Amino acid sequence: MPEPRRTATGPGRILVAVYAIFALAATSRAAVQISTKFAEAPLAYVLSAVAAVIYIVATVALARSGSTPWRVALVCLSVELLGVLTIGTLSVFDRKAFPDATVWSGYGEGYLFIPLVLPVIGLLWLRRTARVSQA
Amino acid sequence: MISGFAVAVAVASLFVAAWSFLLAARNREPQRALLAGLAVVEVLVVAQLVIGIVLLIGGGHPGNLVTFLAYLIGALVIIPAGAAWALAERSRSSTVILGVACIAISVMVLRLHEIWGGASA
Repeated sequence: MPEPRRTATGPGRILVAVYAIFALAATSRAAVQISTKFAEAPLAYVLSAVAAVIYIVATVALARSGSTPWRVALVCLSVELLGVLTIGTLSVFDRKAFPDATVWSGYGEGYLFIPLVLPVIGLLWLRRTARVSQA
Repeated sequence: MISGFAVAVAVASLFVAAWSFLLAARNREPQRALLAGLAVVEVLVVAQLVIGIVLLIGGGHPGNLVTFLAYLIGALVIIPAGAAWALAERSRSSTVILGVACIAISVMVLRLHEIWGGASA
């Protein structure tokens, strides 16, 4: 009897690896922004830090098996998708509030739009691991 | 400066990435030869750190010192962490993970190069 909702096996492990890289990138970027020039664009940099936290929690949740991490991952990835769409839109319409790129600026254009694609793939993976566990 | 060496690191890591994806496409688990390739990339990343620090001591001015150091040091952990994660469960996916780690290295080298050239963030 396999443990239910195993997100960290097979292809899911690739997803975790990509999330880990983004957790590292977003955290470093937010840390540099907040520690060196916070006053320039406080809103953008706070959101940058929020994105970093979401990537970290998503990485840990996806890397663990079980229904609780699965639910945490579902919440994280949903917020992440909303976030990248919202901040992407804000950054396009209000260049002044986002003077330099955060991970989600321009829908993640500075990161080859991976931040836009990642939560979609992640949510599909969560749906698939949920289905498998019910079989 | 770092240009010539950055190109070497980027080419080596892209080569190992392509090799990983090719092996993954052929349904292979990570093999010893591929891991040796990764070790070579890691050695180049360590050399890059040494070169970067020597250049900074020599009075080089990257666009942003903190970011420059973060990329130099951060690049060190990518391959060991990726390999540990990949080898914990050996499958075709592990081979893809090793390729992803190499792609990350080449992106970081590119950013390092841009920051050395004066980009601020």
